[in-house]
Amino acid sequence: MKKLWKIYTAIILFFMYMPIIVLIFFSFNDGKTTVWKGFTLRWYTDLFKDKMIINALWNTLLIAVLASVIATILGTAAAIGINNFTGKKRVLIQNASNLPILSPDVVTGVSLMLMFTIAGVAFHFQMGFWTVLLAHISFCVPYVVLSVIPRLRHMDYSAYEAALDLGCNQWQAFRKVVIHELMPGIFTGFLLSFTYSLDDFVITYFTRGSSFQTLPIQIYTMTHQRISPKVNALSALLFAAIVVIMVLINIKDRRAEKRQGVRD
Amino acid sequence: MRLKRPTIPYIIWMAVFTVIPIVLILLYSFTDRTGSFSFEPLVKAVGYTNVFLNSIWIAFISTVICLVLSYPLAYFMSRLKRSTQNLITMLIMIPMWMNFLLRIYAWVTLLQNNGPIDTMLSLLGIHTQLIGNQGAVIVGMVYEYLPFMVLPLYTVMSKIDYQLIEASEDLGANMFVTMRKVVIPLSVPGIISGVTMVFVPSASTFLVAQYLGGTNDIMIGDVIDKIFWSDRNTGSAIALILMVAILFFLIILNFFGDEEAIAT
Repeated sequence: MKKLWKIYTAIILFFMYMPIIVLIFFSFNDGKTTVWKGFTLRWYTDLFKDKMIINALWNTLLIAVLASVIATILGTAAAIGINNFTGKKRVLIQNASNLPILSPDVVTGVSLMLMFTIAGVAFHFQMGFWTVLLAHISFCVPYVVLSVIPRLRHMDYSAYEAALDLGCNQWQAFRKVVIHELMPGIFTGFLLSFTYSLDDFVITYFTRGSSFQTLPIQIYTMTHQRISPKVNALSALLFAAIVVIMVLINIKDRRAEKRQGVRD
Repeated sequence: MRLKRPTIPYIIWMAVFTVIPIVLILLYSFTDRTGSFSFEPLVKAVGYTNVFLNSIWIAFISTVICLVLSYPLAYFMSRLKRSTQNLITMLIMIPMWMNFLLRIYAWVTLLQNNGPIDTMLSLLGIHTQLIGNQGAVIVGMVYEYLPFMVLPLYTVMSKIDYQLIEASEDLGANMFVTMRKVVIPLSVPGIISGVTMVFVPSASTFLVAQYLGGTNDIMIGDVIDKIFWSDRNTGSAIALILMVAILFFLIILNFFGDEEAIAT
């Protein structure tokens, strides 16, 4: 029985990894089709020579950093305030906040595009970097709010009062007690925002205007209705980066667990 | 410290970037090109009923397949050693971090004519068209969203007290009865969040059908994308219907969840 389970897990994992492995395999193929023509690294060198892709990569990182930092500040402040609301007002604010998470990306995307085009005509601007940044902040804040609120619920306000009694001014007490207590939630919110922003295609697609490029948009232009070996190379590099990051996080977690174990 | 003020910037933000866009969608859904009140966009949107039904059908099939594949896997995972559980969770999360376009593109590479699978099947004497049909779209969808089903199921199942399962077995229940009477009722919250996380995005996704499907396999997300650039009113009306349908679905599902919570 146990063996059967193991085989089943292996089959599912095979299903999940086989497509990625095939992509990586063909990234070394010296030919444009899926017929093996010999080993090459030229798709990788092409990739680094492609100014559009490098430019798109920087745009993606810049948007992700800015959007997640701003969303984290806005969301943390909002969560602290929301926690002090009660009753219907609180429910209303929280539901409004969750709306972008619940409604489909396509709808969020087109509705923002509609607003930006109308505002663009009224205030003479075109969609591009700024509209994408605003859109990304908008879909990131709800995740920050959702990750900070549970920490607030468990927070002990007397610690904040104690800090005040012990001679902290309000700002010091806030920074050293409240922010310190909320940090894990704030960090989770930041990480979620950062990864969602990095990965977003749909909302960027609708709010980017005609020329602003991010990596997912670039991937779309490269893969839409044709096969492009450069994308294979890009996938391989991204996959390698993800695996390295995940392994590092896992090692860090394990060390933390061990330290916890020693302390207990 | 009981401040509500920190929420104010976010409330203003939501008013501008969540409420106004939705109001605009509503407005455009009920006006014609000249801007006067009209039901024309909604009438035109109803003309896409077939596409709506097709999207729901594909999303439904994909959700069911995801559930059937994930359930045994999640159960098995929750019975493993802690360290192995963490390893498999990590292995399931890694593909999720790849951009969704790359994951779909990987299946285009795999399934295309003269691609790896096609070549293998030809050697066995089987000649079929693997890409450009509903089957390919469903495979892509299942691949895309499988982790979103496995992870919530696993989270819930790893919290089930194993003694309950042992007790059930001691009292003479066989594996199927234990499943039906103990494991499944206790895992309902996981099923609900898994179904939500797979059904909602797959019903509203766009591009998957464009990449993997044939000309008849258009989904509602693709229609919104196509129409919005030329006819904002009809596009808005379709987006509105989609949003309302999804919110309705979520409310119904939540209702089932509460019912279950009261029953246990």
